[in-house]
Amino acid sequence: MNDPLYREIILENFEHPQNYGVVKNANAEKTSVNELCGDKIHISARIVNKKIAEIAWEGEGCAIARAAASILTGETEGQPVVKIKKMTSEAFLKKMGITLTPARRKCALLGFATLQEAIK
Amino acid sequence: MNLRKDFPIFGNRPEMVYLDSAATSQKPRQVIAAMTEFLEKHNANVHRGIYDLSQEATDIFEGARGKMARFVGARDEREIVFTGNASEALNLVALGYGKKFLTSGDIVVISAAEHHSNFVPWLRLRKEIGIRIFMLPLLPDFTIDYRILDKAKIKKEKIKLVALTQASNVLGTVNPIAEIADYLKRRKIKAKLVVDAAQSIPHMKIDVGKLGCDFLAWSGHKMLGPSGIGGLWARRELLEAMDPMLSGSHMINEVTEEGASWNRVPEKFETGTGRLEGAAGLGAAVDYLQKAGREKIAGYEKELTEYLLETLIKIPRVEIYGSKSGKNRLGVVAFNVAGVHAHDVGEILNRKQICVRTGHHCAMPLLARLGVESTVRASIYLYNTKEDIDRLAEGIAEVKKIFRV
Ligand SMILES: Cc1ncc(COP(=O)(O)O)c(C=O)c1O
Repeated sequence: MNDPLYREIILENFEHPQNYGVVKNANAEKTSVNELCGDKIHISARIVNKKIAEIAWEGEGCAIARAAASILTGETEGQPVVKIKKMTSEAFLKKMGITLTPARRKCALLGFATLQEAIK
Repeated sequence: MNLRKDFPIFGNRPEMVYLDSAATSQKPRQVIAAMTEFLEKHNANVHRGIYDLSQEATDIFEGARGKMARFVGARDEREIVFTGNASEALNLVALGYGKKFLTSGDIVVISAAEHHSNFVPWLRLRKEIGIRIFMLPLLPDFTIDYRILDKAKIKKEKIKLVALTQASNVLGTVNPIAEIADYLKRRKIKAKLVVDAAQSIPHMKIDVGKLGCDFLAWSGHKMLGPSGIGGLWARRELLEAMDPMLSGSHMINEVTEEGASWNRVPEKFETGTGRLEGAAGLGAAVDYLQKAGREKIAGYEKELTEYLLETLIKIPRVEIYGSKSGKNRLGVVAFNVAGVHAHDVGEILNRKQICVRTGHHCAMPLLARLGVESTVRASIYLYNTKEDIDRLAEGIAEVKKIFRV
């Protein structure tokens, strides 16, 4: 099926999330809640030599929030921290390749905003 | 019931399936017309001018108060305080009564099924004056387990206020308020009984005398009226003893440089210019419901509620939170589709123009007890049809197809 929102990449990451859990000995960590709906994402990462050596996420949320967090960890593992800091929300949403209504943008960016806070 | 034709929004959005009346109801032509007519023909400030127009506006405004009083079975129309909504009415009880008459160590009993609006004001009093909150759990049939007070290790004489919802905005359960009032009396618990009627008043006949309560709070917008106007009922002696929440114009009797004396009730609580056209609309909503017949409405809604429950029960993977029988229950049904988040269900239903609520429904303590973060909620009113419910079932089938569950 070719759904404009629930595309294969979203469903795949929702059903089989990448990097689900908590990183041991994490040195960057943060939990965020979307107050509107109660979605909650926790991001933990271990930064070594200014690079994300390991990253994981866990939490509760809709398919968009969960898939986005999963894609986020896949995209950022191994990347230099400065590069992630410079990444804009738009650039991240592009990687997800879906069109979102304003309400759902919040879902998709929950993990991204949490990671940005964690590495601040 | 064939009342749907009275609601212009359905003509303007013929494909829409509106199943979110627990959040707010749609408005019949008669209510819209009453507000327009007020603005076009009778608009002036109330209780102020000596000219005819002001008197007309005052008559409509006070007329709505009288209609509201008869609607809830109040003996005296001065026992109706207009507020912005149910939340404001409950805050008025907490701040105008609670803050004045409760002291540190006094107990306020609520239930696990309260809307945040009948929970957070008490949390505030706990913080500000040190009251204690006792939360009644729910029984397996989802009604409030009030008899637990017999066994609870609390001092009965410390219970000063019991604040309960008459119908849950998540579970749809109707609680036996009159029975609870009777129980409190038999146990010699001299607590004031506050009833949150936000969900019940649109659907059930309410008589404050028969309920045996001391305060009743509701919102106009859930009972076919406009938003921004609701009310609080309390017996006159209670209102007279209470403090106003706000002060300013209209609520005072006399002001000198030394001080001010409060106006009589209910004006004491209605600071500033009120919701004038709102009151006109609320009065028309009461007329509409009376004319349609409260028993008739309840009968029709019971049939729809049973059909909604039957329909949802038949769909595999749909899990209902609340009673699966139409008995003692309103047509408010919370559910989830296993494996799919409520938001995703709502998103896909929205594509088919099906409006449902998703999330925590301002009842986070209840959802925590149910062990869920969020649910979908479908709620019906007198204008819904079985076809609306069939469309919901089709929408859920689409959700399952997209999510491959
Ligand atoms: C049971 C209950 N109490 C109180 C409220 C608050 O109503 P309002 O938002 O109109 O103040 C609601 C509305 O959702 C409700 O369902």
